[in-house]
Amino acid sequence: MNNSRGDLLMLLGGVGFILIVATLIGQWLSNKHQGSEPSPVIDNLNARIAAWWAMVVLLGLSFLFGKAGVIVLFGICSFAALREFATLTNTDRADHWALAASFYIVLPIQYALIWYEWYGLYSIFIPVYAFLLLPIAAAMRGKTDRFLVRVAETQWALMITVFCASHVPALLNLDIPGYEGRHVLLIAYLVVVVQISDVLQYVWGKLLGKTKIAPKLSPSKTVEGAVGGIASATLIGAGLFWMTPFTWYESAGLSFVICIMGFLGGLVLSAIKRDRGVKDWGHLIAGHGGFIDRMDSVLFSAPVFFHLVRYGWDISP
Amino acid sequence: MTGALENGDSLIIFPEGTRNTTDEKMLPFKSGLYHLAKANRSVELVPVWIDNLHRVLPKGEIIPVPLACTVTYGDAIELNYGESKDSFIARAEAALRRTGKVDQEVHA
Repeated sequence: MNNSRGDLLMLLGGVGFILIVATLIGQWLSNKHQGSEPSPVIDNLNARIAAWWAMVVLLGLSFLFGKAGVIVLFGICSFAALREFATLTNTDRADHWALAASFYIVLPIQYALIWYEWYGLYSIFIPVYAFLLLPIAAAMRGKTDRFLVRVAETQWALMITVFCASHVPALLNLDIPGYEGRHVLLIAYLVVVVQISDVLQYVWGKLLGKTKIAPKLSPSKTVEGAVGGIASATLIGAGLFWMTPFTWYESAGLSFVICIMGFLGGLVLSAIKRDRGVKDWGHLIAGHGGFIDRMDSVLFSAPVFFHLVRYGWDISP
Repeated sequence: MTGALENGDSLIIFPEGTRNTTDEKMLPFKSGLYHLAKANRSVELVPVWIDNLHRVLPKGEIIPVPLACTVTYGDAIELNYGESKDSFIARAEAALRRTGKVDQEVHA
C-alpha cells in the first residue's frame, strides 16, 4: 500500500507539474493576446486546462476514499453525462418511464453491482436486461411513432454514459497477483494515457496538421495530429509501465489500443453531436463544453482496457 | 392581475393557458394576454421560451427526469393603439416562436 501511495504521488506530482506548466503557458498566451481580437484557440486551450485541473483534483480526492470514492465519482459523472445525452435525444413523453428508470434504477444498480464486484451481472446488465426491459416500458405507453429511434437512443445513452463509464471503477475489481492494493494506479494509468493522447493529438494537430481525417465530423482532427498524438502517447504509456502489472512492451500495446479507441470514440461522439445539430454536448451551459466532451475518449477505451487486462492478467475463476 | 402590475410587480403568464400534451412545439395563445395588455398599456411583454420542460415532467407524470432546460428571452412587444385582438395575438405568438427558434428547429 505504501508503495502504491508512493507511485501515485509520483504520478500526481508529474501530472501536477505538467498542468502548472500548461497553466502558465495558457495565461502567458492570453496576456500576450490581450487587447487584440479574442482568440477562440487560446480560450479553448484555457478551458481545457481548467477542465484537466478539475479532473486531476477530483480523481486524486476520490482515490483518497478508495473504492467508495471512485464509484461515487464515476456514478456522478455517469449521471451528468446521461443527462447531457438524454437532453439531446428525440425521446418524448411516451419514453418517460424508460428515461426515469434509466436515471433512477439502471444507473444505481450498475454501480451497486460494481461495488459488490458481481462481474457476471454488471458486464451484461445494461446490454441484456436494460436493453430488453426499457423498450417494454416504452411500448406499454402505446406510442409507435419513431419507436425504434426512441428506444435505440435510450439504449445508446445508457451504454455510453453508464455502461462504458462504469468500467473505469470496475478496474478495482480485478484480481491480479502481486498487484494487491495498487488498483487505483490502473485507473490513473487509463485516464492519464487517454487524456495525454487527446492533448498530444491537439498539439501535434496545431503544429503540423494539414490533412483532415473527417472534415464533416470533426474539422479539427488531422492525420498528422492523430498519428503524432497516438504514437507519442503510446510511448508515454510504455514509460508508465512501472505503475502497472505490465511489462514495458505490454504497456505500449495496451496504451496503443486505448489511444486508438479513445480517438475513434471521439469521432463517433462527434458524429452523434453533428446529427443532433450541436457543437458541444454541454451547449446548454454557454462557453463550456459538456461532461461528455471531456470524457468521450475514456468512455470508449474503458471497457476494452478492462476486458484486455481481465483476460490477460486476472486470475479469478 | 392588473392590481399586481399597478404595484410595480412583474407577472409570469403562460398564454397557452394549459400544458401542452401534443406534438406541437407551441399551442395557440388564449385571448387573456390581449385583455391584460389592453388594461395595462404601459407594460412591456417579454416573450420567454422554456425548452425541454415538457420532457422533464410531462403532464400526468409524478417523477421528473433531470434533463437540462434552457430559458431564452426575446425582445419585448407592446399592444399597439387600435390593434385588433387577432392581430395582436398573432404577433405575440410569432414573437415567442422567434424566441424559441421554433421554425428553424434543427432537431428532427
